[in-house]
Amino acid sequence: MSVLKVSQLVYQGCGPVDLAIEAGECIGLTGESGSGKSLLLRAIADLDEHRGDVLLGDVNCKSVAAPEWRQQVALLPADSQWWFDTVGEHFNATDTELFQRLGFKPQVADWMVSRLSSGEKQRLALIRMLASQPRVLLLDEPTANLDRQNTTGFEQIVADYLATHNACAIWVSHDREQLQRITHKIYTIEKGRLNLC
Amino acid sequence: MLIKLTAFDLSLAACLVLLLALLSWKMQLLITRQLLVAGLRTTVQLLLIGLVLKSVFSNVNIAWVIMITLVMLSVAGWEILSRQHRKLKVWWGFGISTASLFVSSFMVTLLALTTIIQADPWYHPQYAIPLLGMLLGNTMTGIALGMDRLIQTAWQQRMIIEQRLMLGQTSSQALAEIRRDSMRAGMIPIINSMAAAGIVSLPGMMTGQILAGAAPVEAVKYQILIMFLITSGTGFGVISVLWLMSRRLFDERHRLRFDQLLKQV
Repeated sequence: MSVLKVSQLVYQGCGPVDLAIEAGECIGLTGESGSGKSLLLRAIADLDEHRGDVLLGDVNCKSVAAPEWRQQVALLPADSQWWFDTVGEHFNATDTELFQRLGFKPQVADWMVSRLSSGEKQRLALIRMLASQPRVLLLDEPTANLDRQNTTGFEQIVADYLATHNACAIWVSHDREQLQRITHKIYTIEKGRLNLC
Repeated sequence: MLIKLTAFDLSLAACLVLLLALLSWKMQLLITRQLLVAGLRTTVQLLLIGLVLKSVFSNVNIAWVIMITLVMLSVAGWEILSRQHRKLKVWWGFGISTASLFVSSFMVTLLALTTIIQADPWYHPQYAIPLLGMLLGNTMTGIALGMDRLIQTAWQQRMIIEQRLMLGQTSSQALAEIRRDSMRAGMIPIINSMAAAGIVSLPGMMTGQILAGAAPVEAVKYQILIMFLITSGTGFGVISVLWLMSRRLFDERHRLRFDQLLKQV
């Protein structure tokens, strides 16, 4: 059974979209600006109003509380937002071992958010998102502002997570080469409709 | 001893305002018109309410009291709405601000009249209307400030609020800091005036009573009562406005929905 199943999803005048993703699978999504890629991810994370069904396993989005849903179906935007001064305040005390596992020193918790580089910020945003152990990762141009080295590091963390947690991902990117490198299938989106490449 | 003011006494004071208007006109400070209009308004409005109160006091009738208080309440509701920097949808904004004023002023006044002051009858307009007026006037400021801070900050930080929702926080968690901040903004004026009362400033109501011949200690007791009523009224009012606004700011799926509250998004 697929991890994420989207059927007849209509959102913000786009769609309908049908999509099923298996455990461990990462699908790519590409298309011009304004084609509805980000809006699709927002609808799947239940951040915008939509019609149709989104299922996680056999659980319908409508039947769970929205915050619970978003912990399981997590969206990572291109620009992460931080609201406290230090990195650590955005995490639970138990999350700090994640830092080490993902290549940061434990002291990172005391770092000021304003001093982070864009690469560090995006990797930490990913760790912050993974802390709730989501089953679905919705990645909206996550490496658009990163250099090659940071991009590779980021891709590695995602690939490891998918393999070890039976999770799946939708990766939105303009970079076809990147999608061919890391995803199993690539869809293009045009006027809110998906086409398999 | 009560010294009555004559029309001449008031004209002397008015001359001071006119002098100020003249000076600011000469110096091109662009405040002359507003100053004169406001001066005229205060004279006319206060004279009118004086006449209204005179006839209501001599003819104690609960229907009149209710009517006057409802007018006061809705005018205060509009006033709060017009002090907002972001334009709210009129009926929602008016509904939320009047509902909060109702909690902050009506309930507190009612409680004070029936259990503390105990006039006969309890709704006697000589007590009910000045008390309600004082509470409305003061809690209005706090509610307007708290409401404005909440909506302004939430708008500026909408990306952060959505980020927190994406991480699976509830709407209430995502708004926690902003709510705290707005509560503080609404309460600071009254907390400051409590702290400064008697040392830096002699509150207006007490001063008025003393000028009108009341014993200072009696005036002080009334002032303390009023201060506590205003403080608790403001607090309850700001809490209700924050509660109502933050409910309206999100839908049942914890999505940030400015379109439910603001005119243009």
